Amino acid sequence: MGELRVAARTSETGTGLVPAVHVRGLVKRYAEVEAVRGIDLDVAPGETFGFLGPNGAGKSTTIKILCTLVAATSGTAQVAGWDVATDRGAVRRHIGLVFQEPTLDTYLTGEQNLRFHGELYGVDRSGAAARREEVLRMFDLWERRGDEVHTYSGGMRRRLEIARGLLHSPKVLFLDEPTIGLDPQSRASIWEYLRELHRSEQITVFVTTHYMDEAENCDRIAIINEGQIVALDTPERLKAAVGKDRVQITTDDDRAAIGALRERFDLDAAVREGMITFAVSDGASFVPRLFAGLGVSIRSVTVHRPSLDDVFLAHTGTTIRDAESAGGVLHPLAVLARGR
Amino acid sequence: MTTASTAAVRVPAISVRHEARAAFVVWQRELIRFTKDRARMVSTLVQPLLFLFVLGAGLSSIVRSGTGSVDFKTFLFPGVLATSVLFTASFSGISMVWDREFGFLREMLVAPVSTTAILTGKCLGGATVATLQSLVLLAVAGLVGVPYSPPMMLALIGLMFLMAFMITALGLVLAARIKQVQSAMPMVQLIIMPMMFLSGALFPLSGLPTWLAVLTHLNPMTYAVEPLRSVVFDQLQVDPIARAAFDPGIVWNHWQVPIGVQIILVVAVSIGFLAAAVARFARTE
Repeated sequence: MGELRVAARTSETGTGLVPAVHVRGLVKRYAEVEAVRGIDLDVAPGETFGFLGPNGAGKSTTIKILCTLVAATSGTAQVAGWDVATDRGAVRRHIGLVFQEPTLDTYLTGEQNLRFHGELYGVDRSGAAARREEVLRMFDLWERRGDEVHTYSGGMRRRLEIARGLLHSPKVLFLDEPTIGLDPQSRASIWEYLRELHRSEQITVFVTTHYMDEAENCDRIAIINEGQIVALDTPERLKAAVGKDRVQITTDDDRAAIGALRERFDLDAAVREGMITFAVSDGASFVPRLFAGLGVSIRSVTVHRPSLDDVFLAHTGTTIRDAESAGGVLHPLAVLARGR
Repeated sequence: MTTASTAAVRVPAISVRHEARAAFVVWQRELIRFTKDRARMVSTLVQPLLFLFVLGAGLSSIVRSGTGSVDFKTFLFPGVLATSVLFTASFSGISMVWDREFGFLREMLVAPVSTTAILTGKCLGGATVATLQSLVLLAVAGLVGVPYSPPMMLALIGLMFLMAFMITALGLVLAARIKQVQSAMPMVQLIIMPMMFLSGALFPLSGLPTWLAVLTHLNPMTYAVEPLRSVVFDQLQVDPIARAAFDPGIVWNHWQVPIGVQIILVVAVSIGFLAAAVARFARTE
């Protein structure tokens, strides 16, 4: 099997140095709406890259351009070293695609769906069965492989789609809102599988989501709003850039504690949600100093890191939820474009 | 090395072999879907049998008094084969609307293969399913006075396959237009029923009023039905007058169109429908 991979490598335009995704000046204009307004982007091989933004921000349009399903109005994009405009076939052979909407034949079994996919992608027959077993086991579907897909739960179907997207050993796996429509438990489990995938296969994962908490799972994220990238970095650094952590403490004597915080640490504290609440730039390293210097006995401490919600708010001046409801009103055509 | 344990697979560049594999697996899926759908299998058989034994028996008493030597059921037999093919194959083509509705069309169209390969597989699948279905009807040939001649049976099977390919391709052309599942069946009624009635499947093409003659001659289905009837009548002991009444063939402005030309015409129309379907699916999806 190792030999096969080596053989595949030689036909490439130099893995490792070539970014998995390389985008410059990407623009997509639909009749009157500019869905994508000049995006630059580089994703390194092996990276799990999150594309975060409200519905209608241009996420799906961008992913469709990268997957050769929609032509860009201007700008260039390369995926795994191939140009999406001129090497469509090569791009498609080297990417895995999982759409928002289901694309399974529910009257075929799980394994039949995979077999169909393998043939359609021209997967080498000698290794096909082993690869099918591998991806089915990876997503815990091996036992159910002989059952028709309409008997699967929503979470299982999603897993089967992801397993199918990996079947032909793509360089880049595109996941467009992979957890949409799933219950919180299934959502969490999908991300567990994706983290496992990140460990076991050398693959770049490009995932769009409008769930802030899910984006935390990515190595790096780009925040997109109204067709433009407004921030791009690791979740940690993005949050650090926004600033302060929120610290909440309970004490034996709240009034004395608030006074001590003002005098000794120069902090404005107030009681919120029944706890003394204040903001510091690095909560984790502040806590030991707090214990050493407050002079009032502390019963509990909670440190809240800034969330990506705060990041989104800081960069766009609006929360992702407000942006979504506004997007629906301001950009009816963006909604239309998404439906394509 | 972790990579050594993964069953990495290679995806080759687009080749004829790859395209053929893609078409083959689409064909295979049609067969799997068909064998799982017992209800469809039975329901698409009932209609032709009703035509043959109920309509055939009901009308044969009137028709026989006029011409004598051919049982109307015998006349109807190739026509009923054709209607069976028409309904089964058109449904196969139209089923692309469901594939779109449930997203599977997308899985097919984003693959690194041509739309032509996928739709060719679909047409071959529809043709195979319709032909298999018609084998049941071929089995009752003896009941309506058609002899079980192996060469005739083979010829009928070949001709039905070709007709079914054409009709599936037509179904695909329609499916490219129909975006909603609920509009699919009305569309079948609108297009397929007239094709059946205007094809000479259920009545002879001799002595038709001009408007009807013109419409039947414009219907590609007519050129797929007539070879079937001709093959069947070649096996019967029928006097020339009766044959001229029941199986007059197709005449273009005094030219008796040979069966070979009719078959070529059906092949050409099939390719035309397929090309139209490919163009539409490649553009709209």
